[in-house]
Amino acid sequence: MSKQLILDRIRQALSTSSAEPEIPRDYRRGPAPVDLDRLVDRLVDYKAVVHRGSDISVIARQIIGAGSLVVPPGLPPEWLPSGVPARVDDRLSAADVAAADGVLTAAAVAIAETGTIVLDASPDQGRRILSLLPDLHICVLRPEQVVASVPEAVARLDPGRPLTWISGPSATSDIELNRVEGVHGPRNLHVVLWEAA
Amino acid sequence: MSTFLGMPAHAPRGVGHLRGDEPFPAAARTALANPQLRRNLEHATTTIRGKSGRVIAEVPDWQELRSAGSALKTYTMANLPRLLEQLEEKVTAAGGVVHWAADAEEANRIVTGLVRQTGEQRVIKIKSMATQEIGLNEALGEAGIDPVETDLAELIVQLGHDKPSHILVPAIHRNRSEIREIFLREMPGVDPALTDNPADLAAAARRYLRETFLSTKVAVSGANFGIAETGTLAVVESEGNGRMCLTLPETLITVMGIEKVVPAWQDLEVFLQLLPRASTGERMNPYTSMWTGVTPGDGPQNFHLVLLDNGRTAVLADEVGRSALHCIRCSACLNVCPVYERTGGHAYGSVYPGPIGAVLSPQLTGIEDNATLPYASSLCGACFDACPVKIDIPSILVHLRNQAPHPRAEKAAMAAAAYTMDRPRLYRRAQRAAKLTKLLGRRGRGLPPPLNGWVASRDLPSPPDESFRDWWRGR
Repeated sequence: MSKQLILDRIRQALSTSSAEPEIPRDYRRGPAPVDLDRLVDRLVDYKAVVHRGSDISVIARQIIGAGSLVVPPGLPPEWLPSGVPARVDDRLSAADVAAADGVLTAAAVAIAETGTIVLDASPDQGRRILSLLPDLHICVLRPEQVVASVPEAVARLDPGRPLTWISGPSATSDIELNRVEGVHGPRNLHVVLWEAA
Repeated sequence: MSTFLGMPAHAPRGVGHLRGDEPFPAAARTALANPQLRRNLEHATTTIRGKSGRVIAEVPDWQELRSAGSALKTYTMANLPRLLEQLEEKVTAAGGVVHWAADAEEANRIVTGLVRQTGEQRVIKIKSMATQEIGLNEALGEAGIDPVETDLAELIVQLGHDKPSHILVPAIHRNRSEIREIFLREMPGVDPALTDNPADLAAAARRYLRETFLSTKVAVSGANFGIAETGTLAVVESEGNGRMCLTLPETLITVMGIEKVVPAWQDLEVFLQLLPRASTGERMNPYTSMWTGVTPGDGPQNFHLVLLDNGRTAVLADEVGRSALHCIRCSACLNVCPVYERTGGHAYGSVYPGPIGAVLSPQLTGIEDNATLPYASSLCGACFDACPVKIDIPSILVHLRNQAPHPRAEKAAMAAAAYTMDRPRLYRRAQRAAKLTKLLGRRGRGLPPPLNGWVASRDLPSPPDESFRDWWRGR
């Protein structure tokens, strides 16, 4: 093990160092008012499809059509669209998860300024592969989960949980540095902004 | 080369990809003779400069974020031993295993050994500069293990038997029709009717890698950030190949340079705003994954973190040069550099090309192994302006130029010039004699060797017919 060697090298390298700086945190840290229209604008700009409404099950059925769903174990049962085949993830194999046409989850936090939703693997979001393997992800956001900026989102999240930050569908900039949607992750991202009835 | 134990050491020779086959001027000449390469680079860098400029202009506190990012990195370097030990403690407490690798050979040995323990013959890889730097794919190959690159651009490079030429987009030197040809030639099972539409090319990679993702039990990644306070690792990506590698396999091995540690969870609020906008010109990249050790029932149940030195402590030992370690690998400096835009990344020899490579590679290897790189710049300063953590690359370039070995003839000429300028009478005579340089042809092109080496990429100014002193006296 080279731990001691590396630490000795670092201490030697720093032996002539001067004082360490104060971190200037005079950037915007919030809290700032949340602009839901801005969130929608940013989501749409990165090719997510946005729905607004109070009846999640109806909206979800319109999106999934004749396809099948996989859902996390803690999803609110009233969100499940009737007449749509839905498997609850009770340790399904990766192949079974991948076989579903779509996945329906909640989220932990969303950031209006960047059009980002963050999943933290809570029971209503499930294991990380759920929102990864199906080609369609339907994600339901409650208005109180939306924050204005990145610092506010970081402050709300628990780093002890596995986190997935999602900004639009899977994409790449690898061909001529232009953004192209649709590589390995879900090629279709639908965000449902839940509005009280 | 032997050093005292505990003294900062350079990255060893004979392993990894920090040294090119030929010096920059020779390699650049080859690249400049390729007009297709120059067109591809100009198109790509112009596109990204526009995108990045637009999303940075949306952020009213961009300069404040840059200052915070810069200070955070300075703080990190000053507290590196404590932060690394804290990271190790937190990762271990969360069920991970931490390894320390003094150089590329040790890192390759550790990773190869860990893969061997699983009994697997194939690993899936997320694009990672650290594993490219240490030549991990070659080391795995020698051990009979097949490394599969899953990032689209890395896949293009791997299938094309090519070398990466950009930090963010290793296949930036290829345009869409060249990528289509590589896929048609090298991708098993590809549809022969494949078009060069980027969406079709991306879909071809999706089909090709899907089964590999689902069936491979070991993944290797790098890391963008490692949070000392919490033991959390973060990988920033676009395609979802990273999420596949980080969640589907049973074993995950992450190789992280020691400079990537970040003090506190809260500090991510700075870097997650700086990196995507400076890098791909997006408000946020499509996917960022964060994990802390092992999560029961979700993702890999075996997690190994390999902390890599490989010359970084030697960089740290140079008080002027150490800020090269602040780099968050966004590649903004490449995209604004007039030299990079014309020569491309291969000319730099190292996996770290462009302005940041010109200051990082020579410091990691020792200046003698990359002596021409500090000159691969016009010192225009665009890289400094573009850097999201405000690394003063031009100043480090000048600092390194002073350390690089200089030809004896140049040293003698500069000493003679200094002697002459100190003595007014000598200087006057020299000025008159300078008129004779007109005999050497336009811009000094007629100079005999070895002096013609000096004017190969510089113009010798033509002296005026009358010097200022002569004009003053005769006024």
